[in-house]
Order: sequence, then C-alpha cells, then structure tokens
Amino acid sequence: MTAALRLGAGLWLAALAAGLAGTLLPAFGYLPALGADGFGLAAWRQLLGWPGIGHSVAVSLTSGLIGTVGAFVAVTLFCAAMQGHRWFDRAAAGLGPLLGLPHAAFGLGFALLVGPSGWLVRLVSPWATGWTAPPDLALVGDGWGLTLAAALAIKEAPYLLLMVVAALPQIRGQEHLQAARSLGYQPVRGWFLVVLPQLYPLIRLPIYAALAFAVSTTDLAIILGPSQPAALSVVVLRLAFDHDATLLLPAAAGAGLQGLVALAAITLWRLGERAVARLGIVILRRGMRGTPAGEMAGRAAGALALLVVGGGSLATIGLLALWSIAGTWRFPDALPDALSTRPWREALPVLAAPLLTAAGIGLAAAMLALAAALAMLERPWRGSRALLYLPLLLPQVTVLFGLQVVLVRSGLDGHVGTVVAVHLLFVLPYVHLSLADAHARFDRRYLDVAAGLGLSPARAFWRIKLPMLARPIAAALAVGFAVSVAQYLPTLFAGAGRVATVTTEAVALSAGGERRLTAAYGFAQGALPALGFLLALLVPRLMSWRR
Amino acid sequence: MATLTLDGIRLSVGGAPLIPHLDLAIAPGTVATVMGPSGSGKSSLLALVAGLLPTAFTAGGHVRLGPEELTPLPAHRRRLGLLYQDDLLFPHLSIADNLAFGLEPAIRGAARKRAVDEALIAAELEGLGGRDPATLSGGQRARAALFRTLLARPRALLLDEPFSRLDQDLRIRMRRLVFDQAAAHDLPVLLVSHDPADAEAAAGPVVDLQALR
Repeated sequence: MTAALRLGAGLWLAALAAGLAGTLLPAFGYLPALGADGFGLAAWRQLLGWPGIGHSVAVSLTSGLIGTVGAFVAVTLFCAAMQGHRWFDRAAAGLGPLLGLPHAAFGLGFALLVGPSGWLVRLVSPWATGWTAPPDLALVGDGWGLTLAAALAIKEAPYLLLMVVAALPQIRGQEHLQAARSLGYQPVRGWFLVVLPQLYPLIRLPIYAALAFAVSTTDLAIILGPSQPAALSVVVLRLAFDHDATLLLPAAAGAGLQGLVALAAITLWRLGERAVARLGIVILRRGMRGTPAGEMAGRAAGALALLVVGGGSLATIGLLALWSIAGTWRFPDALPDALSTRPWREALPVLAAPLLTAAGIGLAAAMLALAAALAMLERPWRGSRALLYLPLLLPQVTVLFGLQVVLVRSGLDGHVGTVVAVHLLFVLPYVHLSLADAHARFDRRYLDVAAGLGLSPARAFWRIKLPMLARPIAAALAVGFAVSVAQYLPTLFAGAGRVATVTTEAVALSAGGERRLTAAYGFAQGALPALGFLLALLVPRLMSWRR
Repeated sequence: MATLTLDGIRLSVGGAPLIPHLDLAIAPGTVATVMGPSGSGKSSLLALVAGLLPTAFTAGGHVRLGPEELTPLPAHRRRLGLLYQDDLLFPHLSIADNLAFGLEPAIRGAARKRAVDEALIAAELEGLGGRDPATLSGGQRARAALFRTLLARPRALLLDEPFSRLDQDLRIRMRRLVFDQAAAHDLPVLLVSHDPADAEAAAGPVVDLQALR
C-alpha cells in the first residue's frame, strides 16, 4: 500500500505542478502548439489592454471579499447568539445538507428569488411598489457583482458553520464562556472575546479556501454576476474557449492573474484579521462587559443571520421546484395560476443523458476518493494534509487552465475518465476531511481484540473497522458525490466542452431566460446530491438491520 | 458584604431528585463547604447558584445575597466569582490580559495598569504579566485565576474543587491564600469538595449532600 500511496502522492503533485506550469509558461509567451516559443510579457500586455479588465478584477475581488465577510459575520453572530441553545444544534444539523446544494442550482434558484421578476419583488408588488411589470432594474447581474456577493455569503455560510461545529469540541469554549460570564461579561460579548479567538486559528484555512473560491467562482458568476465586463474568471473562460486560438495566451495570463487576485484577497483578509484582533484586545483590556442593549442587538442579528441564510436557501430550493412545475405564472403573482408537467416533459428527454453522466462521474470520483482517503488515513505521513488541501487554496481556473493545456497536448482531454481524474483533485480533500474525525475517533482497542482473536491486521480492517465506520464512510461518499456533481469548471476544461453533465448544461441554459426549463435543470442538479445524502442515511441502517 | 443565602433549594434531573431540600446561610468572611461524592449534585448546586445550570435540570428555591434576590438574574449580572478545578485562563491572552479581562471597566487608563500590576504582585507573579499562561506552573496559574476573579470585585466566591488538581503541598498553600483573600475582602464563600481536609480548613458550616437524601 505504501508504494501505491507514494505513486498517488506523486501523481497528485505532478498534476498540480503541470497545471501551474501549463498556465504560467503560456502566460509568459511559451506555447509551442501555437508556435509561440519566445518568452515575454506580450500576453500580459494583451490581457491588461482587454476592455474592462480592471473592472473585472475589481468585481471578482469585491464580490468575493464581501461575500466571504458576509458569510463569516453571519456565522459568528449566529454562533455567539445561539451557542448552547437547542436551536444551535438544530440549525447546524439543518444547514449541513444545504452544503450539498451545488452552486449552479443555488445560483439559478437565487435568480428566481431576487431578480427583477423574482419572488421578493412579486411579494411586494404591486401593493407596495406599484410595479405591474418587472422593473427595469439590474437586480441580477448588477455591475458591481453585489447580487453575486449576497449569493456567495448565503452559500458559503453553511460551509463555514460546519467548520465551526467541527472545531468547537477542540476548544473548551463552553467552560471559558462560563468563566467570562461569571466575570460579568454579557454572553455574546464574551463569545467574541473568549471563544472566537481560540476558534479562529482552527478555521483559518477553510476560510482562506472559501475566500479563494469566492473570488474565482465561475458558475455562480456566469449566472448572477455582471456580463460586460464580467468577473475575471468568466473573462478567462471566454478567452480560453474563443474560436481565435491565439487568445489562449492572454487567457493563460488571466488564469495567472486570477491566482494573484486570490493572493491579494487572502492578504487583505489577513490585514483585516490583525485589525479585528487589535480591536478585541483594546475592548478586553478596558474590561468592557457589553451592554444589555448591545446584547439584544447581537442576539437579534444572530437570529436575522439564521433567517437570511436558512430562509434564503430554502426559498431558493422551493422556487426551483415550483418554477419547474409551473404553468401560467404572471407577474406580479406570488404563486402560479396553474401547475403543469410540461417543463419536465420538455426537459427530461434532453436532461436524462447529462444527468446520468454527472451521476456516473460523481460515483466513480467518490469511490476512488474514498479508497485514496482511507489509504491516506491508515498510513498518514507528514505533510500529507497540506498536500491534499492545496487544490482548495488555489483558484480553480489557475490550475485547470494549465492542466487543460497539458491534457490537450497529450490527447487525454474530452474523455469521461479524464473528467473523473480531474474531479478527484477537488473531491478527495473533502472526502478526506469528512472521514478524518470518525477515523481518528475509532477506538483501536477493537483491532487489538480482533488480533487477540487471531484476525490478521488486513482482515481486522475489512471485517471490523470498515463495517464499524459504515456511517461516516457512507457520509463521506455522499459528500464526494455532491462535490463532484457540483463541479463546473473541471468538467468543462477536462471534458474539453464535449462531456456534458447536468451542471454544464444548467449553467449554459442560465443565459437563455427560459425560467421553467432552467428551474427543472437546477432542481435536477440539486436533487442528485440530495439523493446521495438520503442513501448515505438509509443504506447503513439497512445494513445493520440485516445483521 | 452581604450574606449569601440558599433558601429551600431543590434540584432534580430528568425527574430524579438530586437535592431534596437545602437551606444554607453563609455570612461574609466565612466558608461553607458542601461535601459529597461525584454525581451527588455538588457541581450542579454551584451552577445553580452561579446561574449556569443546564436546562436539563429542574430547580426550585431562592438564592439571595443580603436582601437581593439573585434567582432571576443571568450569570453575568450576579457578580459571583467562580473558581474551577482547572484554572481556565484564556489561552489566547497573556497573564496580564487575563487579569485585565476580570478588572471592572470603570477603572480606566493608568489606574487600570496599576491595578493589574498590583494584582500581579499580590499573586506573586511579578514580571510574568507578559507570559503565555501555558508557560506558567500549576500554582502560578491557580493564583492568576484567583486574582482574575478577585479583580472583578465579586460579591461572593463559588469554588468548585479548586484545589483538587494541585499536589499536597501546593494545595495547602493555595487553600490558605484563597481563604485569606476571601476573609480580607469579607466575602461569603461556597466551597464544593470531596476532600475532608478542605472542610476542616474552611472551619465553617458543612453540608453533606449524601446525608440530605
């Protein structure tokens, strides 16, 4: 197994290195396939001369930063206000499954919620607004990407909350909070002064990953972001798939620039961390206990955060479902006049194949990732985690553009197997992450007992450890499946645009404006991971009944 | 300072009674000891008095400080100083900042720094203010925790086996320090312990929870 692990780690590193090299070499003028073999800055000059490129960078940076700050503030306020409350566990358990909702499906539903003819506008029209037709407002695709930022905040919040819930047992938050309260601190104030500073180092890396993702998101930016000029990742994608192959050089520079944007965002975040930490020290050195009014405000804000994140997510799913079975639904009615099976009758014949493709790729990627994650957890080595989580800290487009260049050169692009392999780069870290805790908690005395009963270590692994870990393994598979189904950019690049999944099709449809059909695609994309989580819940139970 | 009164305290969890009935009056400057084996409800009683009782418990009766009814107040409004068997110094703060965290906000500026410095001296931690709590010895950390609590100007002290993690020699010295400080500040003290030597040294009223049942 050790040899296989070494080989796997080598391939992993090679893929990342090839991805970065395949981006950076063309960015500096070296792409022999195009006859470009001189190094220089021409590609960068061409990129920086591209119309609106400055605005594109600004949109990516601001929407990503505002979205991540929004998610972080919402999660911390919620935790500070609800910690120890029975609602905290309920919300944490409820928000978990929302993680499985793919970004594309979420974006499509969010557009149905906040767009000019979206549900929120309908709720207040015409009685409050006087609008009898959808207003001519850029509520989706606004020039500064604020809708995109709002969507990112709501979509990233459950992820951050899950990271917080996973980190909480590692610190003695409740006891320290009680100590702070007995010293006269209001609970919310105490949480921010005593618990958050201990919690933060444990969730710093996941936050950076969320930030790197947010400033470089592609599918959400296509669906909800501005179009002219678009977010940087979208510009890179357009250049990379342009008919004019010479645009590959500025596209490479753009993919490199996306890496710099992510670096800039993380640097800005770090500066923010320091400023907030300094403010916290000032407050606690002065012994400011907080006021009842501030406490009320904190609690209200925490409840509001839960309402916006939970309500926004649920409304998004509900609207996808409702639009996909809507007959006539006139503006400004809040509900359709009639229901119809037509959207699904139209969608299913064309949707079935890409849905099955996505499911097949997801299943293969999840199974492979599970095997790799188990192997790594059984034989951990120094630095394995850092290596594993590296793809989550790099913007996808920065690695994938270069990987595509290498894949095209070796003739591997456009195959389903290649798509599965590239998905692994993003699926494996999450499968590993979701399995690691349960694996570490496994009481190894069971294996000692098994050895005493004469089982070899290998047999004890298969017959004792794996069955005992059935639930977390099923959950990790569902997580891997959900992550794979959600992948847009990896599917597009590794599939060379020829492997169509429900995800690539749904994003492509989003520009069309055929709401019912788009909703059906979005709902189908969201239903796929939900089905996975449901199976993960049921199958281990059925297995234990049989015993 | 005022007398801490427990009046008709009842405590049960999931329908099973832990403490059927308890009356206790602790005068300022005296230490009352509540004894009992683990699981007898000692720590829950302390949590009840502090206002930190988990919702799984059902409680009745009154906690008063002088004439003031504490029962309806949340923990942070009761101003009762708590010391646990672990020092619970905040690991992300220096010793001095841990002490400043306890100090009341009305003391500002230079007076604040002076108060912290004086507490460091009284706790025999002079020169260690900038240190990370993890780098201090167990006795030093226990003293820092005591003075963090005292700086908050508590109106009574609640002690949850605060000496049990210390070795014999240190335990005796720490016990004397806590009781001396409580007497100097004229504070009523409720001590929860399973060590008979604690009750003996406290020389105040003793309640055996086992005997109550």
